[in-house]
Amino acid sequence: MSHTTQPAPTRPMRGVGDAIRSRWDGLSRPAQWGIGVPAIILIALLPLFPPPLIDTPAVNFGVVMAQFAMYALIAIGLNVVVGQAGLLDLGYVGFFAVGAYTVGLMTSPNSPWNQADGWLNTPWSWFICVPFAIAATALSGLILGTPTLRLRGDYLAIVTLGFGEIVRLMADNLGDITNGSLGLSRIAHPNVGESQQHPEGYFSSGNLGDKHSMNLLDRAGSGTWWFWLGLVFVILVLLFVGNLERSRVGRAWVAIREDEDVAEMMGVPTFKFKLWAFTIGAAIGGLSGTLYAGQVSYVSPGEFDIIKSMLFLCAVVIGGSGNKLGVIVGAFLIAYLPWRFQSVQIGDQSLGDYKYLMFGLALVVMMIFRPQGLFPVRQKLLAYGRQIARAVRRPVAGATAGADQ
Amino acid sequence: MSSSATVGADLLAKSIDFNGSGVVHSFWELTVNGLTYGAIYALVAVGYTLVYGVLRLINFAHSEIFMLGMFGTYVGLELLGFTGRADAYHQGVVLTVCYLGVAMLIGMAVSGVAAVGLERVAYRPLRKRGAKPLAFLITAIGMSFVIQEFVHYALPKLTGNKLGGTNAQTNIRLVEPTTQFTIGGARIDNVSIVIVVAAVLLAVGTEMFINRSKFGRSIRAVAQDPDTATLMGVSRERVIMLTFLIGGLLAGAAALLYTLLRPAGTIVFNGGFLLGIKAFSAAVLGGIGNLRGALLGGLLLGVIEQYGQMFFGNQWKDVVAYALLVLVLMFRPTGILGESLGRARA
Repeated sequence: MSHTTQPAPTRPMRGVGDAIRSRWDGLSRPAQWGIGVPAIILIALLPLFPPPLIDTPAVNFGVVMAQFAMYALIAIGLNVVVGQAGLLDLGYVGFFAVGAYTVGLMTSPNSPWNQADGWLNTPWSWFICVPFAIAATALSGLILGTPTLRLRGDYLAIVTLGFGEIVRLMADNLGDITNGSLGLSRIAHPNVGESQQHPEGYFSSGNLGDKHSMNLLDRAGSGTWWFWLGLVFVILVLLFVGNLERSRVGRAWVAIREDEDVAEMMGVPTFKFKLWAFTIGAAIGGLSGTLYAGQVSYVSPGEFDIIKSMLFLCAVVIGGSGNKLGVIVGAFLIAYLPWRFQSVQIGDQSLGDYKYLMFGLALVVMMIFRPQGLFPVRQKLLAYGRQIARAVRRPVAGATAGADQ
Repeated sequence: MSSSATVGADLLAKSIDFNGSGVVHSFWELTVNGLTYGAIYALVAVGYTLVYGVLRLINFAHSEIFMLGMFGTYVGLELLGFTGRADAYHQGVVLTVCYLGVAMLIGMAVSGVAAVGLERVAYRPLRKRGAKPLAFLITAIGMSFVIQEFVHYALPKLTGNKLGGTNAQTNIRLVEPTTQFTIGGARIDNVSIVIVVAAVLLAVGTEMFINRSKFGRSIRAVAQDPDTATLMGVSRERVIMLTFLIGGLLAGAAALLYTLLRPAGTIVFNGGFLLGIKAFSAAVLGGIGNLRGALLGGLLLGVIEQYGQMFFGNQWKDVVAYALLVLVLMFRPTGILGESLGRARA
């Protein structure tokens, strides 16, 4: 940088997104909740009253939204690893698989570990499994991270890719432990709200929902119920991750992402924080896996291939790596668009078949024209420190419009 | 919990064979098989290693270049009117060798063009914009998707279901494997001979090209120091194109050899993925960016995979390959011959 006489540093590139963001940041916490809660309720009600253009005629919209919630969790978890800490993980599907398989192995009648009938048959069986699944995935993240996180960049990507494949191949080949390629069926789901109408509860896939009922709980199909549950998880995880981001841990992650060597020299124990990121990311992926296992109630190794991993990465990259809300939008696109396209027919072919082709193209075009994603994270302010952050924010937040230079 | 842990170990022991005597018994057979596979891995690995040496880019879409090469030879042979599916070899050695040569050239042409095209379409715009390494990697993944899915869904539409789709093409069988002679208990068939001879010739040719020719020197120069090389009058763009071309040509040749070795079920939209990962592992094993390392790594991976397959049981073949990759990266991130393309003898 030469010291030419440039005009005073003007506001860096401000788009609509930035304007919204700075206004949002200017609001007080209660005001943020005041807007946020109704918005969340609105989103939660969406599958009950699917708007005509957004609806997916080929499949139940609630099921699509449930998948969205699942992908959103994954995107948030992967975002911790890729977006926050800058560790490229191509084997994330492995953690998703571990989470799903934990629930499966604990509750499925096909499971070699659950031959004793009646074990975990209580109405709460699925919920009991969730903490176990989270613990198992966090542990697997720790096991995978400890030896590999010394590697960087491309090499780390390849090792994680290898691990993702190893998880899948293990599930496939260790027939006596995981039931092999046959998979696990009839996995437990939350048995909530059992009644005449819903003999297996609201969450059972048998609950198709009553489109004409005005009782919202009856109107919702099983997909919607899973979506609601997923939404609760998403909000909890968002609060958790958001607090982490604002803490010392989050700042360490950003430092590692921006320049690992410098971070190490400035006294950040990089390995420790990378391991944290990996473990937390893995645990969130595992949580999502439990949702998957419960909703589909069947897992098999073929579901957890590398393509899925790439797809998860797509969600993060398209949404805007490093930005929590951005990656949720990315997850929505990944979950929703294929189903939307599925119902668009061109000739005798459904457009949904081309989903991976289009994701691939989107990735390539995106990397050329907008490598930071649709909603890029605002990095500068974090690097400057709080005071400058506040100084920059003040003209927007303050009521005195005249203060603006 | 301790009882369930022992149960786990018990179950694990049931799923894995640990057939040590099998490895000893058919050692030479496994070695020959391994070298045959390894030769093919090595050829593809060169493509990864060259591109990495020059661009510091893991070209994920290289496996799709390989897959296109398999389709290329198939289509080329069909167009040539070659339909002899099992009796090709009986038409005489000379004719067979001619066909092999032509088929290989077709495969090389298709893969070479595809590789250069890939570089043009996907990577060059990124270089112009000075994108980050992550952007390159994700573009490579994206292109891999695009090519695979194009063959998966679009190609059958364009060709009236004759090409592509979910089912593998029936391969044109050029050489019927017949045992030629036996060494130390290992039967050596003609297919293995063809593959190893072709691979060695191509590898030596590439090595000589890189080490002796003017173009080879410019490749090494760019790998060592792109800026200085540019100042010395080396066109970086041309060098990059050349490395993609060489990698593509070798992948095309490997594609033909692979269909000779595995005649059934390989020419399919995702048929390149596994081999791509293996070849990449081979490149990393030998030391990515190092030409001889790629060859060594390919052969080693092929052989170890065969031993592992015998030792642990058939279904663990791929796990052995991945585990080897992970182990090598963990203990020696620069590979066995950890010197780069640029630092190789001038």
